[in-house]
Amino acid sequence: MKISININSRLKELEVKPNETLLSALRNNGYTEVKCGCSEGECGACLVLLDEKPVNSCQVLAMSIRNKQVKTVKGIGTLYLPHLIQKAFVEAGADQCGFCSPGMIVASYSILKETGNRPSKEDIRRGLDGNLCRCTGYVKIIEAVGMAAEKSLQEETQKPEAVCTNM
Amino acid sequence: MYKYVNKPAEKIDGLSLVTGEEKFTDDFTYNDMLYVAILHSGYAHAKIEELDESEALKTKGVAGVLSYKNTSSILYTTAGQGYPEPSPYDTRIFNDVMRFVGDNVCAVAAESREIAEEALKKIKVRFSLRNAVLDFEKSESSGIIIHKDDNSHAKIPVYFNPSENLASKVEASVGSFERAFETAPKKLTCTFYTQYASHCAIEPHAAVTWLDSRGRLVIQSTTQVPFHVRRIVSSVCQIPISKIRVIKPRIGGGFGGKQEVLLEPVAALFTWRTKRPAKLVYSRKEVFTSARTRHQYRTVFKAGYDTDGKITALHLDALENSGAYGSHALTVLSNAGSKTLPLLNKIENLKFTGKGVYTNLPCGGAYRGYGATEAYFGLGQIVDMVCQETGEDIVEYYKKWTIKPGETSPVFQALGEGKEGVAMTIGSSSLEECITIGARESQWYEKRKLYSHSTGYNDGRYKRGIGMSVLMQGSAIAEVDMASAYMKMNDDGSFNLLTGATDLGTGSDTILSQIASEVLDIPLSQIVVTSSDTDFTPFDKGAYASSTTYLSGQAVKKCAEGIKKQILKTGAEMLNVKLDLVELKNGFVTSKVGLSRVSFEEVCRYSFYEKNQYQIQASASHVSPKSPPPFAAHFAEIEVDSMTGIIQVLNYVAAVDCGLPINTRLAEGQAEGAIINGLAYALFEDYYFSEKGRLLNDSFGKYGVMTAADIPPVKVFLVSSYEETGPFGAKSISEININGALPSIANAFYNATGKRLFSAPFTPEKVLEALEK
Repeated sequence: MKISININSRLKELEVKPNETLLSALRNNGYTEVKCGCSEGECGACLVLLDEKPVNSCQVLAMSIRNKQVKTVKGIGTLYLPHLIQKAFVEAGADQCGFCSPGMIVASYSILKETGNRPSKEDIRRGLDGNLCRCTGYVKIIEAVGMAAEKSLQEETQKPEAVCTNM
Repeated sequence: MYKYVNKPAEKIDGLSLVTGEEKFTDDFTYNDMLYVAILHSGYAHAKIEELDESEALKTKGVAGVLSYKNTSSILYTTAGQGYPEPSPYDTRIFNDVMRFVGDNVCAVAAESREIAEEALKKIKVRFSLRNAVLDFEKSESSGIIIHKDDNSHAKIPVYFNPSENLASKVEASVGSFERAFETAPKKLTCTFYTQYASHCAIEPHAAVTWLDSRGRLVIQSTTQVPFHVRRIVSSVCQIPISKIRVIKPRIGGGFGGKQEVLLEPVAALFTWRTKRPAKLVYSRKEVFTSARTRHQYRTVFKAGYDTDGKITALHLDALENSGAYGSHALTVLSNAGSKTLPLLNKIENLKFTGKGVYTNLPCGGAYRGYGATEAYFGLGQIVDMVCQETGEDIVEYYKKWTIKPGETSPVFQALGEGKEGVAMTIGSSSLEECITIGARESQWYEKRKLYSHSTGYNDGRYKRGIGMSVLMQGSAIAEVDMASAYMKMNDDGSFNLLTGATDLGTGSDTILSQIASEVLDIPLSQIVVTSSDTDFTPFDKGAYASSTTYLSGQAVKKCAEGIKKQILKTGAEMLNVKLDLVELKNGFVTSKVGLSRVSFEEVCRYSFYEKNQYQIQASASHVSPKSPPPFAAHFAEIEVDSMTGIIQVLNYVAAVDCGLPINTRLAEGQAEGAIINGLAYALFEDYYFSEKGRLLNDSFGKYGVMTAADIPPVKVFLVSSYEETGPFGAKSISEININGALPSIANAFYNATGKRLFSAPFTPEKVLEALEK
């Protein structure tokens, strides 16, 4: 069955099975940047933005999201045009194995968005609560989100938010 | 002093990881690929009397079924260790006896995962049930033999007796424990328990296999040990090593859990037989039950000591629950002694006895800490008990009695991995400084006194305490582990570095580049790293035993030094000056006399095209004559709610001596990750089984992993020392810091309450029970 989804600002026709999760549909169609750590909605590795709201894509049926907008980590920033959250993760050393990173970046993006780039440490900790990481002990991830928030605030006053366009 | 090492360099794969560009095993899909699903045993102990796969095979889209009926009965160990492995050969790809709930019955390959899973349900198995051993303390006396008449055997000359359910047995002694214990004025005997745990790498185990254009088998898998995978798959699947290539893509964390050859033989056999690509990915539940775990332990410590606190006799007796198979049963057990007992090297009479017993429960394996975590829980408390008795501050005690540079411990030689160990003198240690810094940063003296349970401060519901412990580990296995590297120069002055070392997310690709950069005085961007591809990279034993920075790093350093010599030689020839009058500087060969210089680019072009042409290239191997221990001092401040039994960690300070940290940020990250894992292990991580041996908490949700919202403030201090035998003075850091939480929290608990915790994890139930005693 074919459905139309807007993924990372591009309209895509995906072939999906009736009971297929969004996670599976995305990965089967090449969006392997969305990771699968548990399929149970516990680890957050598959976190994507659905109409700008973070959801574990393993807990959503692909069929249920017709005409909605999906944003994966690559919709936030790419290797060639990274978002400052991504740069902050690398700078802080919040990237060890990197398997949780795509989900962590999506969660961090939401934290910054929801708090207008002014998250308290508690906002950050709570906002990352759905994303498991076994490598870093979260110390540097929390630090990275704080750094990204600061940079975002600085940039806010200087220029409009960078938009990633896939040409 | 250094330009590229001892710096917080960003990971070379960092931006690719955080933008989702990097590929992990499950991200690879090939045309015409088969999906594999495994049927696991629901019984803890049963013999398969009949397995009928006919209905499954009739299912549309099913390509084949593998079971004991059509696979080799070659015995092997799933432990990815050097050859011959110290772990017993006690398993087959598919056994006809199921030894734990989660054991492999058979596997189906089909056009899709759904079809494979559907087909599993159509497989009919008739089991004859056997009595199961579910309590490891009763394994030896149970009368139930788990590996009965199955030809299980040890590959090396060690004690292995499956008829007693013994997967391993270790004994070592120095001096005479019995005599010294007998005459000691003060004595202590305590029993401690540590529990099962899952590594919880967020990436589940996976393997993808296919045949290349010349019919060779390619295995891409989530492995810490690509070269051991090649050797072991070759052996059990009867495919020549020359026909196997193992590629390690990015790995989503290992912690020892992926030092195990579990999925590769199954996927490989399907591919070898059907000539089609195959993919096998464990579900999270399978990772919890069927992959490997931390061994459950009972440790009994007997200590005899003088009135001034000097321990004169110490006996550590360890009982290890190996689970159904003996993966790492011997070496984790040995390490429980060899990584802990040398710490207090003034003890003259030492005894270590240990047994690893089979049970019908999930299998233990390698897990960060590797026996040391299990033994430090008791040892750290024994030291605290001695200090409480004599009134000496534990901080001063550790400073006085721990091993110092220039000193040795007879344990190093007495206790190896399946054989004698290697005698070693400590070359580097900043332990004393670690203890001082940790005490200062945790406000040890003020808080220890204030919180002391006898002062009245803690008379209310909430009781605070501070505790500490001192730890050591090793860096690689001396005279056993080998790593190698190869480098070649390219015509723009960049280099390819090919290394067998296995980056699991630890950052070793970055660290090894930093080492090469430092030797050649060129930026990291000029080093192109390829690691862990058995066709292209030279051998490395793999990522385990805290070895990559120390061992593989030294191989890279030697290799880069070989390259440097050649560059200098060609540069001198080009500059027409004597070899001893040129030096390497900033990407140039520079004459020490006059101003002439040639760039790396010019050197390589000259060596390719102009005169006396050759490829500037070098390789190097490294084996270490010793395994220099990193050291650490850990301080935990806690609050105990005596009403609910909940322990909250208020602050955690770790001061760590990893020699010279090659990458300061990544070294901190290793320490922080290990500490949080250790804290979660101390406070709540555990395996709960049904009375029939089924794991009950087999999901992240039920198991409980610490999240960002749960972590206490953690401060890590890297206190450098210089290890002569390591690259630029480096030792290891990956494992040691998981060992501190158990003893430090338990000692803090005593400081707060005057009670001891003997059984981990410190759940509210156990805390309340301890408080009532």
